[in-house]
Amino acid sequence: MKISVTVNGKTHESDVEPRTLLVQYVREDLGLTGTNIGCDTSSCGACSLHLDGEAVKSCTVLAVQADGSQVTTIEGLATDGKMHPMQDAFMQNHGLQCGFCTPGMVMAAISLLRENANPTEEEVRIGLEGNLCRCTGYHNIVQSILACAKGGK
Amino acid sequence: MIPSLFDYKRASSAAEAISLVAEYGDDAKFLAGGHSLLPLMKLRLAAPSVLVDIGRLKDLSYITDAGSYIAIGALTRHMDVETSPILKQHVPLLACAAGHVGDPQVRHRGTIGGSIAHADSASDLPATTLALGATYVVQGASGTREIAATDFYKGFLESALRPDEMLTEIRVPKMNGAGWSFQKFNRRAQDWAIVGVAAWRGNGGSGVALVNMGSTPVLATDVATALASGASVADAAELAAAQADPQSDLNASAEYRVHLAKVLVRRALEEASK
Repeated sequence: MKISVTVNGKTHESDVEPRTLLVQYVREDLGLTGTNIGCDTSSCGACSLHLDGEAVKSCTVLAVQADGSQVTTIEGLATDGKMHPMQDAFMQNHGLQCGFCTPGMVMAAISLLRENANPTEEEVRIGLEGNLCRCTGYHNIVQSILACAKGGK
Repeated sequence: MIPSLFDYKRASSAAEAISLVAEYGDDAKFLAGGHSLLPLMKLRLAAPSVLVDIGRLKDLSYITDAGSYIAIGALTRHMDVETSPILKQHVPLLACAAGHVGDPQVRHRGTIGGSIAHADSASDLPATTLALGATYVVQGASGTREIAATDFYKGFLESALRPDEMLTEIRVPKMNGAGWSFQKFNRRAQDWAIVGVAAWRGNGGSGVALVNMGSTPVLATDVATALASGASVADAAELAAAQADPQSDLNASAEYRVHLAKVLVRRALEEASK
């Protein structure tokens, strides 16, 4: 089936099988491998990306469902070689250990701040319920998001 | 994990969706947000040959005040139910329960109609709308009919929906200030409830329904009857599992679920009675 999806600002006209998952489409068809596949059962959040500005789990969305939509992946956050403030906050606060969950964490975090610009620490922790860190490095991830929110960015 | 092959049809109206499903018969399924159906298809536990995508029917996404009840379009997403000012005012139990479904990413995609039509007893919204005395409006090739939530759930993932019928609206009576509580006991934040309880009490009545205490969501009618005849919360909560038939699984034995149901119903009624 023919679809047209705008990913990180660039419109792609593609022909996909209806069963193609959105995460497969961005990784394999478009070569954007920053979005990871973790559990593949919509639990871990490693595959989180933005669909029309909101975080979704791209292992549980069909590429055909994204037809006509705007998608942003971790690769689309930096502008002119400058990291997104959330990426910068993760770096400054050591908000990652092995890094596997990080793209999904960053995408979920940006979506969280769009819905709640000044969350409490508890609201950040609840807001991240859909993202698992196998290193259990949650403390610095939460601090990163709070720092980004405090920065007003 | 990739689903098995299927044909994909995108409907531009409810009528078109219903006629497409009628055309393809039992092997066709409606696709709304996809957060119940796609995981089953990826595990190959479901393999419909045709998916009729109704996810773009924006006219079925709404929350409106209809006087004695709130009308919710079947394609309203969990996030919109959770944050709706109308529901927070008139049916706060449902808004709260919607905020416990999955996680934010899931709530950005999943819909109330999809959750109810999927009829999973482990899901939060079937039991919550059952406790609230909701009515479901369904549309089929032969017209529209209303099904009371109490008549809707027939068995494990089975409902009173006919193959060519689509759930279009959920009607939830206003709570008129009644006390309420939603209790969900699980191991990880995003998980399904091992046992959950949706309860309200006030204006001379009460309603208590249980999540994951049998093959269908369970209306704990003995609890409500006991409260109506003057039983204490503690005594009424002892009857929590009278209508239930829970299963044992990796998370909990049936006996433990019965214990949890009694404890959670007591906590819910204590909170709802404040």
